[in-house]
Amino acid sequence: MNTLKRSTHPRPFLSRGRFATALLTAAVMGASAQAIAQDDDPIKVGILHSLSGTMAISETVLKDTVEMLIEQQNEAGGLLGRQLEAVVVDPASNWPLFAERARELLAQEEVDVIFGNWTSVSRKAVLPVVEELNGLLFYPVQYEGEESSENVFYTGAAPNQQAIPAVEYLINEVGIERFALVGTDYVYPRTTNRILEAFLKDEHGIAEEDIMVNYTPFGHSDWQNIVAEIRRFGEEGKPTAVISTVNGDANVPFYTELSNQGIDAADIPVVAFSVGEQELTGIDTGPLVGHLAAWNYFMSVDNDDNYDFIDAWIEYTGDDMAVTNDPMEAHYIGFNMWAEAVRKAGTTDVDTVKDAIIGVTVPNLSGGYAAMMPNHHITKPVLIGEIQNNGQFDIVWQTPSTVAGDAWSDYLPGSRDLIADWRKPMECGNFNVVNGSCGGSTAAEEAEAALAE
Amino acid sequence: MRRFLSLALLCFLLLGITLTAQAQSTDAASNPTNDAAALELLEALDVESYTAKGEAITAILQSDDERARDWLQALLDGRLQRTDNGRFVLVLENRGRDWPVADVLTGEALGEMSRRDLERVGINNNLRNQLRSAIAVVDLYSPNVERRRTSAERLLGEVDGELVQPINDLIEQEEDDQVRYRLTQAVAIYRAEAGEMAGVEALDGSLHPRSRVALSRAVNGDDPVIANAAAASLAGIEQQLKINRGLETLYFGLSLGSVLVLAAIGLAITFGVMGVINMAHGELMMLGAYTTWAMQQLLPGQPGLALILSIPAGFMVAALAGVAIERGVIQFLKGRPLETLLATFGISLILQQLVRTVISPLNRTVITPEWMSGSLVVNDALSLTLNRMYVLGFALVVFAGLMLIMRRTRLGLEVRAVTQNRAMARSMGIRATRVDIMTFALGSGVAGLAGVALSQLTNVGPNLGQNYIIDSFMVVVFGGVGNLWGTLVAGLSLGVINQVLEPWAGAVLAKIIVLVFIILFIQKRPRGLFPQKGRAAEG
Repeated sequence: MNTLKRSTHPRPFLSRGRFATALLTAAVMGASAQAIAQDDDPIKVGILHSLSGTMAISETVLKDTVEMLIEQQNEAGGLLGRQLEAVVVDPASNWPLFAERARELLAQEEVDVIFGNWTSVSRKAVLPVVEELNGLLFYPVQYEGEESSENVFYTGAAPNQQAIPAVEYLINEVGIERFALVGTDYVYPRTTNRILEAFLKDEHGIAEEDIMVNYTPFGHSDWQNIVAEIRRFGEEGKPTAVISTVNGDANVPFYTELSNQGIDAADIPVVAFSVGEQELTGIDTGPLVGHLAAWNYFMSVDNDDNYDFIDAWIEYTGDDMAVTNDPMEAHYIGFNMWAEAVRKAGTTDVDTVKDAIIGVTVPNLSGGYAAMMPNHHITKPVLIGEIQNNGQFDIVWQTPSTVAGDAWSDYLPGSRDLIADWRKPMECGNFNVVNGSCGGSTAAEEAEAALAE
Repeated sequence: MRRFLSLALLCFLLLGITLTAQAQSTDAASNPTNDAAALELLEALDVESYTAKGEAITAILQSDDERARDWLQALLDGRLQRTDNGRFVLVLENRGRDWPVADVLTGEALGEMSRRDLERVGINNNLRNQLRSAIAVVDLYSPNVERRRTSAERLLGEVDGELVQPINDLIEQEEDDQVRYRLTQAVAIYRAEAGEMAGVEALDGSLHPRSRVALSRAVNGDDPVIANAAAASLAGIEQQLKINRGLETLYFGLSLGSVLVLAAIGLAITFGVMGVINMAHGELMMLGAYTTWAMQQLLPGQPGLALILSIPAGFMVAALAGVAIERGVIQFLKGRPLETLLATFGISLILQQLVRTVISPLNRTVITPEWMSGSLVVNDALSLTLNRMYVLGFALVVFAGLMLIMRRTRLGLEVRAVTQNRAMARSMGIRATRVDIMTFALGSGVAGLAGVALSQLTNVGPNLGQNYIIDSFMVVVFGGVGNLWGTLVAGLSLGVINQVLEPWAGAVLAKIIVLVFIILFIQKRPRGLFPQKGRAAEG
């Protein structure tokens, strides 16, 4: 036994030594190459948004936003005295292709940072790649939480920055006692609704029969029966609201059916988490007036920074009717945070920037500030807006101060005990405070599970 | 809300007397002294505290100014704003960066102002409710019947003890039957909830959800006689509701079925009759929908006319695109179904991306004309949505038209001849190639018509076609390839089956069950519901 052990041990040692030498040489060579590069080569910013396929409807404008921000930064003299250069790839709404394109950006193009993704499944697909190749990814869309990766910065809202405050608003300000949770059948609505159900039952004592949950397929277009069901659900004498996580294209027929069946926002208000200014451009908003949406930014925010951003956007797109929305603001914040962190670190080196960005604070577009938290989420105000007949939102309520994003929900049994903190010495995305251990990265398994669906 | 309503109504009633008295002494609303008073009323609105704003709203309600309702409505809509120099203006149109405004007091147009220079008089949800109630109360006395009806409807379940008397007075003066009925019902609901027999009796047979709530509360009352009467009425109402619900589901099913029929009927011609698997069929529908959008852009302000003109235009656009596809690709792949399938699938992707690049990846807004929105109210528990009723009718008309063409015209005869025996038909002097083009154009044109109809129900975007292509093939195969009647029956019955299943299985599962059902059905009867008979079936 002993001899066996002895004979097996030295070999890996030897190879490890060799490997280390190779690594050292590579590092020295790399460093000198970087020193030369730093003087004149532009800083490369990767943009990973679908420009074709079903998600193009939402993601194209985000690509344009990042390009505009890069242009503005270059006009202001670039970053660290270097110009910025956008590297745009098109993952074509194809989830596995997102991973390939991310690999292309990091391995071939050697970009310093990536701004990208919209759907959760595409983010899950990209996770193992950015972790393996040590990239930086800024993800700008509201999502279901339950994740914190060392290489990803979540500038969109976590559930506690959108869903939970919206429900509290409904209960406390509107006096709603009955909830219909209606969503598209995929991971974001299912997780969000799970959190909301637990929250409603545990925190507000809402009874089981006062919660209705309904899922529909992607692009669902025949809402007659579900809307009729919601109508009957709301006729029991208690004030009722719909919480909608219905995604993308299915919203138009949903709202049309609501108004045709005579459901008014005064009777049963619908609070949507996925309907913003961009989505409303495809709808005749007349019948929707008064329905609500919860976001961290609205184009109608009365603030000069916002007006400057809108003017710049309209000028950049050349379209006088162009609209801005929440994920665009998230990219605005994310881009400025990254630029600030690079300035602070004095380099675009991923590990240094990753450490420097925690605690960085930049202005948001609603007159406040956003700070990067140790769990890679940011602080955001929560706004509730009512749809107006001009396709804009009228802000009716907002949180008194900003809310810090919570990676792991406090209302789900599995995630209640987890926290994420990427500062030294913890450096963990899923630290269990009860047994004091770090779960480690599960990016590969999560990506596999998400893509298998 | 009830609190606001009764408060508002009381204020108004108390003032009603002074109002009529003053109306005789004062002249038109816009004399200088009146404007000064009005300005003062508006000034009071522009304060920080929401409580003070609420008082200001009450003050406006109590003022005898004729413009009060307009002010309150503007405040509710967020269109009452203040310029940098303190002038109150009404924003007429809040699109874009510069908004046209008018003076609130004189109504004089002030041209366009940058939204940076305007400050809105803000309100919160409490005030919103107060305003809505205030406007509803003012409307109860409005000469406009429509306004009185909406206002009376709003009173259902909102009446309390103080309001009963004033409402009874109103009922006596009211001329419109509908308003009177609603007001009576509103009082009855209050009485039933208070445990009065008269209220319970008055609510017997009423299908309005508020009546049902009131009756179920009366059932739990102390007096057994009243409770029994309420329970009996309630049982009757539940029975009625069940019947109405059945009818509603049937209507939902037929309307979903009509959409399926519309989407599939063009395919029934190109696939069913000609045997061409056209995966770009959905994109031809998309072209029809975009034609509707383009028409509405060409005729701004007349969405109804544009929609009607889109019917021939959508047909033509899709038919021409169909001819191009047939001439450009399909004719070279005759008798090679797999290659046709792949080629047309490629065409469908090309068309989608073309729309994304040329027009926009975003959905386009297609406006539903006034006469197509809302619903036809049969009774308080059953109303049929108008847009779907039109689509149902349209689907039947298109079907009848197609049947007519296939059965009664020379083209139909030639199509049937060519599909049954091409060689024989050609030897009889029929130009088979020309018939192919015409048939494909007809099928594609009908897809365009489906697109026009769908523009009223769903998104007009590059993905429109994709959502319907599978369903269309399903309907055609289920109905029996080559049989138009089969398509009609299959489409309508699949629609009804789906809607019957949906309430208890959920939308996702209902779809799966329908698919499994069709697969099993096709195993048993591979030629569908109405198989073609005779020698033609062999080919």
